[in-house]
Amino acid sequence: MSSDLRLPLYFDNNATTPCDPRVVEAMVPYLFEHFGNPASRSHAYGWAAKEAVEIAREQVAELIGASPKEIVFTSGATESNNLAIKGVARYNAKKGKHIITVATEHKAILDSCHALEREGFEVTYLGVDAEGLISLDELRAAIRPDTTLVSVMFANNEIGVVQPIAEIGAICRENGVLFHCDAVQALAYVPIDVKAMNIDLLSITAHKMYGPKGVGALFVRRGRPRVRVQPIIDGGGHERGIRSGTLPTHQLVGLGKAAELARLAIESGEVDQIRALRDRLWAGLQENLDELYLNGSWEHRLPNNLNVSFAYVEGEAMMMGIKQIACSSGSACTSASLEPSYVLRAMGVDVELAHTSIRFGLGRFNTEAEVDHALELITEKVRFLREMSPLYEMVKEGIDLKSIQWTAH
Amino acid sequence: MAYSQKVIDHYENPQNVGSMDKADPQVGTGLVGAPACGDVMKLQLKINDDGIIEDAKFKTFGCGSAIASSSLVTTMVKGKSVTEAEQVSNAEIARELALPPVKIHCSVLAEDAIKAAIADYRKKHADA
Repeated sequence: MSSDLRLPLYFDNNATTPCDPRVVEAMVPYLFEHFGNPASRSHAYGWAAKEAVEIAREQVAELIGASPKEIVFTSGATESNNLAIKGVARYNAKKGKHIITVATEHKAILDSCHALEREGFEVTYLGVDAEGLISLDELRAAIRPDTTLVSVMFANNEIGVVQPIAEIGAICRENGVLFHCDAVQALAYVPIDVKAMNIDLLSITAHKMYGPKGVGALFVRRGRPRVRVQPIIDGGGHERGIRSGTLPTHQLVGLGKAAELARLAIESGEVDQIRALRDRLWAGLQENLDELYLNGSWEHRLPNNLNVSFAYVEGEAMMMGIKQIACSSGSACTSASLEPSYVLRAMGVDVELAHTSIRFGLGRFNTEAEVDHALELITEKVRFLREMSPLYEMVKEGIDLKSIQWTAH
Repeated sequence: MAYSQKVIDHYENPQNVGSMDKADPQVGTGLVGAPACGDVMKLQLKINDDGIIEDAKFKTFGCGSAIASSSLVTTMVKGKSVTEAEQVSNAEIARELALPPVKIHCSVLAEDAIKAAIADYRKKHADA
C-alpha cells in the first residue's frame, strides 16, 4: 500500500470536484488586485473586471458551441435550472401550460416543476427503463399542442447514464417545443454542441468541472428559435435583464478557466484516461467479488461514473467500512428521509439492491495507485460484511430470498 | 453520519458473528426485519435445560447501528436466563450505543430478534 496516497481517496466527483490549481491561479488576482465591479463603466477598475468577465463568457460559450451572447451567468446550476424551467414556462404561459420532464431529474428540476404545478401548470414525468433511459416514442406521444418545454438532463448524477440528447433535440425541434438540458455532470467529460443537438437552454455549473462552487451559467439560444425567459430575480437588470446581481468577477474567471480546461481535456484524450481508471475499478471488483450489479446502462454512461450494488451488504455499513474512500450510497440509511434513491427506484431496481448501491465518481486527479488501493479495501470490506450477512448465507445455501415471509417492521 | 465510539467498536470488532445449527433442539433462531427495509437480523441462542442462554450468535444485513445493536445484544444475553433476556428493552440498547433518533428502529429490531429467537425455542419445546 502506497504511503503517499492522500486519504480518504476522493471518488465522489459526481458530488463536487476539487478546483484545478490553474483555475485558482487565474481567479486570485480578481479578488484584491482587479476587484472592480464589471458594471462600473467609468473607470479602469470596472473595465478590467468587465474584460475578464467577457473572456470567461467566451470560454464558456466555446465549451458548448454557443455564441457568448447566449450565455447568462448565474450562481450555479440550481439557479439555472430554476430560471430555465420557471422562466420559460411562465413566459410562454399564454401559448400553453404543459411541460415534460423525466422522473430521474435532479431535484432542482423536479421541485421547480412541482412549484409550477402549484401555479396551475401541468407536468408529465416520463419514466425510464431498467437501464435508466427514456423512450423516444413515449416522449413523442407525450408532446401536446400546449407543450412549451421539454427538460431532460444530459447525464444522471447518480447512475451516470447519458440520454439520447441529439435525438431528443430533433424531436423537440420537429414539434416546435423548446428543449432544456441540465448538462452539469457531462460538461467535463463529453463533447457538447448545442447547435448540432438542437438544445435551446443548457444549465452549467463550475464545481463539477474543477471550478469553484457558487457559480454557473444558463445557455439561452438567440437564433432559430429565439428563446425568451421571464427572470426569477429582479434588480439592476444585469445580463440583459435576465439575471440581476453584480457579476462576481473572480468566480466567473474561475468558471471560464474551468470551461477552457474541460474543453482541452476532452480534446486531448485526458478523459479517456479517466475512463480507463473507472474501467480498471469495475474489472477489478468483478474479478474479486461475486453478486455485483451495475446500475444503469454500461454503454450509455459517463466515462467517470460507476454505480454498483453489492448484493447482501447494506450501503451505509459499506460506507463505514470503506471510510478511507469518499463516495456515496443510494441506501435509505444515508438519505435524510430513510427512503432509498428515487433514481434507482424509477429504474425498477429492487429495493433490496437500492439499499446496497454505492456510487463512485472518478476524476481528473485520481490515479491508478488510488484505484488499486480502493480495490483492496473494498474487496476486504465486502467480504467482511458478507461473512456477517444472513442474506448472503441464505443465498449460498440455495434459499430463494423472495420465498421468505419477512416480518415487516 | 457521526457514529458513537461504541457503535464503531462493535462494527469493527463485532461480537459473536456466526451461525448455529438450526435443527439443534437447544437452538432458538430469530429472523426479523426485511431486505426491502434495509435491515435483517438473524439471532441464534443456545439455551440449556435450565433455561440459561449459554451462547449467542448473530448475522445482520443493515447499517452500522443495526450491526452494533445485534452484536451488543449477543453480549447482553449470554449467561442470562430466558426470562431475563425477554426483559431486555430497545431503550437499554439505544442508550448503551448512544443511538440518534433516526437509528432507534435498529434497537427495536434487535429487541424483536431476542423475542423471536426465544419464541422459536419455545415452539420447538412445546411440540416435545
